[in-house]
Amino acid sequence: MSKSKEQLEIKINKNWCKGCGICIAFCPKKVLGFDDNGKVNMNDRENCIKCGQCELRCPDFAIFLGGIDNE
Amino acid sequence: MKNSELVSKYMRDSRLPHIWCPGCGHGIIMHSIIRAIENLGLDKDKVTIVSGIGCSSRAPGYMDFNTLHTTHGRALAFATGIKLAKPDMKVIVISGDGDASAIGGNHLIHAARRNIGITTIVFNNNIYGMTGGQYSPTTPHGDFGTTAPYGNIDRPFDIANLAAAAGATYAARTTAFHATQMTNYIQKAIAHEGFSLVEAISVCPTYYGRKNKKGSAVAMMNFLKESFVDVKAAERMTPEQLQGKFLMGEFKHNTQLPEYSAEYQKIVDRLRKE
Ligand SMILES: Cc1ncc(C[n+]2csc(CCOP(=O)(O)OP(=O)(O)O)c2C)c(N)n1
Ligand code: SF4
Ligand code: SF4
Ligand code: SF4
Ligand SMILES: [Mg+2]
Repeated sequence: MSKSKEQLEIKINKNWCKGCGICIAFCPKKVLGFDDNGKVNMNDRENCIKCGQCELRCPDFAIFLGGIDNE
Repeated sequence: MKNSELVSKYMRDSRLPHIWCPGCGHGIIMHSIIRAIENLGLDKDKVTIVSGIGCSSRAPGYMDFNTLHTTHGRALAFATGIKLAKPDMKVIVISGDGDASAIGGNHLIHAARRNIGITTIVFNNNIYGMTGGQYSPTTPHGDFGTTAPYGNIDRPFDIANLAAAAGATYAARTTAFHATQMTNYIQKAIAHEGFSLVEAISVCPTYYGRKNKKGSAVAMMNFLKESFVDVKAAERMTPEQLQGKFLMGEFKHNTQLPEYSAEYQKIVDRLRKE
């Protein structure tokens, strides 16, 4: 929980994503989109600012900032 | 790692994904509750979450605490028993607008009147979601439901101010869009000694949304973003600017009045001495 931004990255659990589009709509950097199955996709990891807005409003716990080392 | 640390710590993740529809605001509110509990550093065994019946009331089934799923409208009655038996327990009630203000409306006002140390989080989606879109006591005037096919002629309850008027000593309202503020209010509500209520405005894209042509979950979230104004900001706004707006914020925070289970304990202690 106390990891610095460098140690975190956006992770997606596609099994739980229901494709509501909320995270995509409210991402300030517009780096998220839909994949061919209508689930969320990280389109531009370089420009993600790790603000956590997507995690904050995902109703399904399907997108979150997680530790890079913990894969 | 499949889930966030928060989810692994506080959710019964083998039961996820939850049954709620895509874009249902209830999941956002449930997430805010566990974030608030994490911020408060509470011991999971010292927290009991109680619910009634409804889509919202399914939440405790996914949450890894002491949990109790009771009957429609009666969560506060069960919660009152738990609080009196275990005054040190943090008791949280999760309820819907129908559960809390229709069938359970009397339990709500009397729990508030007693100022019993229970935190109630009302997931208000302005409709009976679980049973297919009947209007509830918070469905706005003129809106549609399966039981209001020609438009609702009722005027809605303001649940946060209803609770405050009935005696709740902490009462606030916020929305699924304003999820950081929601976490903050829930945190304050749980830390509060007396009866606290957070009216968490949710979205039901499936029934309320479709019946009222509100568009997608994203459109409904945008509506929350645009339409809710903080009470403090509203003081500086003109009636024209406030047209079509709804108020959110903290409506009551009184830490002076005695809490019910503590008063009850005083009687027990006195009689034991005699
Ligand atoms: C005694 C009783 N009456 C009626 C019902 C049917 N019923 C189940 S949920 C519900 C309404 C739920 O609405 P709300 O509390 O707003 O929750 P939501 O599903 O919208 O989250 C009703 C009327 C019931 N289960 N028990
Ligand atoms: S962390 Fe922020 S910038 Fe990155 S995907 Fe999520 S919302 Fe977008
Ligand atoms: S908010 Fe969650 S469920 Fe909705 S599209 Fe994004 S990851 Fe999927
Ligand atoms: S019916 Fe409405 S409240 Fe119930 S899960 Fe679906 S969107 Fe949520
Ligand atoms: Mg409801």
